[in-house]
Amino acid sequence: MEGSHLQRQMACMRKSLFDQGFLDEQFIQLEELQDDANPNFVEEVVTLFYRDSTRLILNVDQALEKVPLDFTKLDNYMHQFKGSSSSIGAAKVKNECTQFKECCKAGNAEGCMRSFQQVKKEHAALRKKLEAYFQLARQAGTGETASRSK
Amino acid sequence: MKSIANEDLIGSKSMPHGNDVCQGPSSHSLNKKVTALVVEDNVVNQMIHKRLLSNLGIETQVVENGKEAVDLHHSGAVFDLILMDMEMPIMNGPEATRVLRAMGVRSKIVGVTAYSGDYEKRVFMDAGLDDYYEKPLTMAKLVSLLQELVDNN
Repeated sequence: MEGSHLQRQMACMRKSLFDQGFLDEQFIQLEELQDDANPNFVEEVVTLFYRDSTRLILNVDQALEKVPLDFTKLDNYMHQFKGSSSSIGAAKVKNECTQFKECCKAGNAEGCMRSFQQVKKEHAALRKKLEAYFQLARQAGTGETASRSK
Repeated sequence: MKSIANEDLIGSKSMPHGNDVCQGPSSHSLNKKVTALVVEDNVVNQMIHKRLLSNLGIETQVVENGKEAVDLHHSGAVFDLILMDMEMPIMNGPEATRVLRAMGVRSKIVGVTAYSGDYEKRVFMDAGLDDYYEKPLTMAKLVSLLQELVDNN
């Protein structure tokens, strides 16, 4: 009873992450790679993403303090960031990275500063949601993720 | 490679959640295990590509730039499939592909790139790729290129 209630909650949470555009199809690709032999694959990839992207955020923050801005360097960092975001299906984060890259291409320093704030905002928001989701998954005691529903 | 029959691709190992669109080569029925090299600097993509390949029973190694891929081949390593990222530090995908082909490497080299511009694609293909796919790599794309690998042998 308790179990299925938690599983329903988990399915609801998962659906809203997709409906609200936080996650896209690529996240489902990760879920499909999870199996009995690798029951925590999705969480492991997401954890790796956050570890790696936190490092990138630090690099970008430092680079944004330099005068004048090195747009090539910034674009390179963002290329990595966008790539990782895309690979885990972090749709909103990926979109903000795209905005940032546009500002780099245009040599728009103020635009870079502003769009990076958005990147960090979406990055943090998704992290909170996914942490809550994985915690619920653990409580629900499922080895598999909720079934695919769109 | 001749020992891998077409029907081996429709292996006994079905995908999780019963997704019957994607089925891969079963390591049980292969006389020789398919080997792959992932050349990729992004750690998240390394993890995902490795999992994609391992799930299909493919023995996978990972290196983080083109130079490491070249060095590995210099030391005698051979792979059935090389997944080559385009942008990497020290030696990028196109350069590594050129070097490997010049060394006589005849493995199937597939570019995996975030860039969708025609110019970048052409430059990468001209370096000696057999094919390229846009990132992120999915199970469907991988099964498709592995099917070609089997068909061509």
